[in-house]
Amino acid sequence: MGDGIYWPTFFFLLFSALACGFALAVVFSRNVVRMAFYLVMSLASTAGLFFLAGEDFVGAMQLMIYVGGTLVLLIFGVMLTSQKQFVEMKTPAGQWIVGLVTGCALVALLWMAAFETPQWQPISRAEAEAVAVQPTATPIGVALTNGRVDQLDQPDETLRGGMSSYLLPFEIVSVHLLVVLIGAAYLARAKRRSPSAAAPG
Amino acid sequence: MHHFMLANLLTEPVGVAHYMAVGAVLFVCGVLCMALKRNALGVLMGIELVLNGANLNFIAFGSRFLRGEGQGLGLDGPLMALFVIVLAAAEAAVALAIVLNFYNNYDSVDIDRADQLQG
Repeated sequence: MGDGIYWPTFFFLLFSALACGFALAVVFSRNVVRMAFYLVMSLASTAGLFFLAGEDFVGAMQLMIYVGGTLVLLIFGVMLTSQKQFVEMKTPAGQWIVGLVTGCALVALLWMAAFETPQWQPISRAEAEAVAVQPTATPIGVALTNGRVDQLDQPDETLRGGMSSYLLPFEIVSVHLLVVLIGAAYLARAKRRSPSAAAPG
Repeated sequence: MHHFMLANLLTEPVGVAHYMAVGAVLFVCGVLCMALKRNALGVLMGIELVLNGANLNFIAFGSRFLRGEGQGLGLDGPLMALFVIVLAAAEAAVALAIVLNFYNNYDSVDIDRADQLQG
């Protein structure tokens, strides 16, 4: 202890400050276009936190799917609907007060729960430096199709069966994505507006 | 326990608790976004923030660097995080289609206008 700056912690503080700061900016910004930009920055900083936790594959997926895909979708939504009166919409002050009090209470509760639990406290610096760095793409790919390479030596015979693989959830998610693709295309298709539907309800 | 928060910062590694603290901030920001924004797209952005905060917790529990070798969830953490990312993408696509449909029918993205089911 005390032998110089531990750089992973420094970068953790940097990325977490960016992620939290831009998330707060999303909440407090009134302009929906700026909110979209702040959300991109917050999600990209979270990808940095994933890399710091040693999960390089999930961090890359976060950048590609979330920042590259989902957020582009949202920004298209913003652009398609950004009439002047919708770019800045005001929330009543009373709702802000109630929301902020509730939010601060929830953050305080969650922080206390996190920092009071002994199992979740940091390990020592020597232990952390002894952990070998290894890429996670291959184990994740194998776990999705064949089996869990990290649980092969599971001592409990009954538990070992459940550690087989994530093939079934993977299939379910694949079919789910196909259904979503068709459903979204069906919902968002351009259709001629009938005169009665144009009247606001 | 609180001395871990500030005293050893910068010279000692962070733990699961620190990741959960960041995840809690993201989660609460998302909930506030969902509750306070009147623009339907703002609500969608809040949902993304909430899912992202949950993802951060999965990653923290699965990481070998935060709890030591063999102590964490192992591969369950990153795999769950991947499923959450995929489901978030699917959710955003469908929700955006619904918002665009609503915009086509009502010429508005104000969620206060969607009150037809009030009875």
